[in-house]
Parts: sequence; C-alpha cells; structure tokens
Amino acid sequence: MKILVPVKRVVDANVKVRVSADNSFIDLSNVKMAMNPFCEIAVEEAVRLKERGVATEIVAVTVGDEKSQEQLRTAMALGADRSIWVEQAGFVEPLAVAKLLKAVVDRELPDLVILGKQSIDCDNNQVGQMLAALCDMPQGTFAFHLSIENGRALVSREVDGGEQVVSLSLPAVVTTDLRLNEPRYAKLPDIMKAKKKPLDKITPAELGVTVSSSMTTIAVHEPPGRKAGIIVGSTAELVDKLRNEAKVIP
Amino acid sequence: MSVLVIAEHNNATLNPVTASVVAAAVQLDADIHVLVAGSDCSAVATAAGQYQGVSRVLVADNAAYANQLAEAVAPLVSSIAADYTAILAAAGTTGKNLMPRLAALLDAGQLSDIVAIEAQDTFIRPIYAGNALATVRTADTVKILTVRTSAFEPVGTGNNADQMTLDTVISQNKSMFISENLSTSERPELASASIVVSGGRGLGSAGNFQLLERIADKLGAAVGASRAAVDAGFVGNDLQVGQTGKIVAPELYIAVGISGAIQHLAGMKDSKVIVAINIDADAPIFQVADYGLVADLFQVLPELESLL
Repeated sequence: MKILVPVKRVVDANVKVRVSADNSFIDLSNVKMAMNPFCEIAVEEAVRLKERGVATEIVAVTVGDEKSQEQLRTAMALGADRSIWVEQAGFVEPLAVAKLLKAVVDRELPDLVILGKQSIDCDNNQVGQMLAALCDMPQGTFAFHLSIENGRALVSREVDGGEQVVSLSLPAVVTTDLRLNEPRYAKLPDIMKAKKKPLDKITPAELGVTVSSSMTTIAVHEPPGRKAGIIVGSTAELVDKLRNEAKVIP
Repeated sequence: MSVLVIAEHNNATLNPVTASVVAAAVQLDADIHVLVAGSDCSAVATAAGQYQGVSRVLVADNAAYANQLAEAVAPLVSSIAADYTAILAAAGTTGKNLMPRLAALLDAGQLSDIVAIEAQDTFIRPIYAGNALATVRTADTVKILTVRTSAFEPVGTGNNADQMTLDTVISQNKSMFISENLSTSERPELASASIVVSGGRGLGSAGNFQLLERIADKLGAAVGASRAAVDAGFVGNDLQVGQTGKIVAPELYIAVGISGAIQHLAGMKDSKVIVAINIDADAPIFQVADYGLVADLFQVLPELESLL
C-alpha cells in the first residue's frame, strides 16, 4: 500500500504572530517556522502503518517555495521514503493546493492520502475534503484512530457530540486530529540519511495545473483587546463581583 | 436570488446554532431557504421553518442522508447550488466536513469560520488561532461559508415557512457509517450555553471534574475543558474548547486550573466575562481574565459551590 502525505510549512505553534504596521499582512520576518503540527501527526501515522507492515511506501509532498524543502527532509527523516516538492511561491489557496495535490495523486496513485485536518496559520480545515472531492474519494476527517481492514479504512472521528466511526473504500483521504498519535522526534542518524533520500521538484505547469485564486485579503487586524481585569482576594469577593458588578450570575 | 442555510441537526432535534447561521444569512439576502438533509427528520424541518427570516425549508428525508455523510450531502447540495448566491453552515464538525467538499465540487473556494459580514462578497475570519482577523473578498459566484455561530446573535422563532420535498437521492457506498458514541447530558450544549465552567490539567483527575460539574449544575452551565484535560483522559473530546476544538463566547467563562495557552484562548477569548482560578500567578490566562483569583482550586471550588 502506498501512502501520500502532504505536509505544510507554517509558523511554529508557540509563536505569537504580529500584524504588519499597515494592516496588510502578518509579519513573518525572523519568525521561527516548522512543520504544521497536524502534518507531523499525519507523517507519524503513515510511518506507523509502514512499521506494522500495512504500508510499503510513504511519499511526502509539499506545495511551497524552496524553504519548504526543509519540511520534506524532516518528513523523510521521520520515515517517508521519498518526497515531491511542488514549486509555488507565495500564498496558495486551499482549492489550488487541492488541485495540485490531485495532479500528484493522479501520478502516484496512492491507496491512502493522510494529511493534517487544518494548518495552524490559516485555520481553514479545507484541503483534505477538497482533495477528496476532486479525486472522488471518500473522506475520514478529524481522525483519532485509523486502521486498515479488509481493503477498507476504518476511521474513528472526533465530532461535536463525541465520536463516530466510518468505513471508507480505498483509495481514501484521511485528515488527522490531535489525538491520532504522538509524533516521534527525528533521530540524528535519520536526519543525515534523509539528505540522500529522493526529493523531486515539479512545477504546476508540469502537473498541468494553473494556479488561480478567487480570494483577496484586503486587510489584517489584531482582534480588539480586552479591558484589563482585576485580581480578587477571595472566593467571596469573586462571587460578589460576578453577582453585583458584572451581573452574570443570579 | 436566495441564500441557503444547511441545518445542523441529529434527525430528532434542530441544533439551536442553526439560528445563528440564519442570522448571518439575514445579513446577506432577504430570501432564506433552509435545507434539512437527514432521515426521519420531519420534526427538524418543522422547527427550521419557525425561524424568523426563513421563507422555505427544503427537506431531503432519506436513509441515504441518515448520518449526513459528506459523500452524499455534498452532491445533493451541489445539485441545487445554482439557485443560490451563498450557502452557509455552522462551523461545527458537520459543516467543516461538508462545506469544503461541496466547494470543490462547485470549483469554488470556501470561507471558514466567518465572524462578520462586511458586504455580499466580503467577510471577516480569524487566522493564526484568532491572533489576527483577516478581511477577505471573494470573487466566487456562489459563496460557500461556514459560520462561527458564537459571533452571530440567533434569530427568534414564531415563523411558519413552507416546506418543499427534495426527491434527489444520492446513494454511494464508498463511505459507510459504522457507529457513533455521543455523550448524553442534561446540561446545555457547550456551543450555545450562556455560562461555561471549564477545567484544565489542574483538576488532576476525572473524578475531580465532579467538583466543576456541581458548580455548573448550580449555574445551569455547560462544562468545558482544555486540551490537556482531554488528553489526560479526565473528560471526553466533546468538551474541548480551543483552536481546534469548540469555539465558545458565553456571557461567563470560568477557567479553573487552566494555564491559558494560545490554543485554548483561541476558543474562549471572546467570552463576555472571563474568570480565572489558578494557583500560578504567572499563568497567561490572567491576561485575558476580567476577574482573577490566584488560589488553590481545591479550596476555591467548595467555597464557590456554597456561595452560589
């Protein structure tokens, strides 16, 4: 079984981003970047499936500029066999990413595509579902458990009210949620070996895809700040404030 | 032209977050239709028709839609999309699962989690865990949107919209529903509760969450939790408040033993009044709290319960 794992380079999860002075973009200068946490979980899940003998090959793929090759090397250090870099600088909208990934899917013919449910920069939670639609594949989103049984993917999903299990025919798209697994750290010998693993560059033109966009970000603002609060000295004082000042409890 | 709202429901009951999606739709167009796709869902259809501003309820009642699998519902909505200038759903797991698939079928983009509408084609949405708000203009002919329901005051009831049956049945077997395990609680739903009492790693155990539950019950509140508490197994994932869990904005949010990581704040910082109870005076939660109490929660909670 071949697994395709799309990954994304994003701002490190611990960074608090700032808006540019003219409110036109997020200031990413000198900001630490990393692999999107949900993508790390996707890579880990693919690697575990390979270790269990279910998957035979893991191919990582990313859409981005030359710096995003770093995330492909990380994916290979963690266990991906080879990787594909779809060269496209600048911001690419989810539908465009999905179209590029579909072209990669058409070339690679994976049995399973595992990707993060959302990226922590745009917080869209769209690419996996869009890719599934374009490829006419079933989708198992927000997965916290995944197993392959009798040629189908059994996906346990986190939903608003609790949990749901669906069975998907292969090939299928699965998007990862937080509790699917705890990703490993890349070991130094594997990081060195990853430098020799194949990283193939391809352009949207070579994939036969025209990258287009339908959305324009007109402005970016910091959210309105909250008024400074106070520290109370006791539970009794807290209850008094909530009852008589804020009037939020009877 | 008209705007379509996809009802959030479980076949038996209409989820009140739908009233907030209708409120968002009201800002886009006067003619609002609501789609109820499900199985044995007539009660939901009737309830949807009672929302102010709704002119028609479309009902697709068939076993094929029993669990609202996106593989069946997306093509269904796609078949009627040409009649609408915008299609909206709540930004819960059902809407998030469905709407991008629908958008791709229509070769359109999708705007997730909108918190405000500036114009027919311009929307505001949070990015970077809510640390920034982006104003986005879309050139798509049909706007496919998921709505952060905590940002829109729900519409009232008292209406009686007419119903229309949708006969289209999309059968597919690529995706099959196997089972579900949903928590049943007498408490209000987290997404629409006016008071939320939320616990974090500081509670220490699943058993200790009962201390919170008793306070929640005294206040008629919902119970929430941080990711740490869910990861530790203290409570189920359906209680998780945060960037990738539920987004809430109640009148009162009481955070107990929650440090206030960026990802948690993303899910609750728009609450009207925030209370933080934490033994660590440096916990970031105090930066967003209106009232902070630096104390041992195991001492505070019983005191709080007796004073309420």
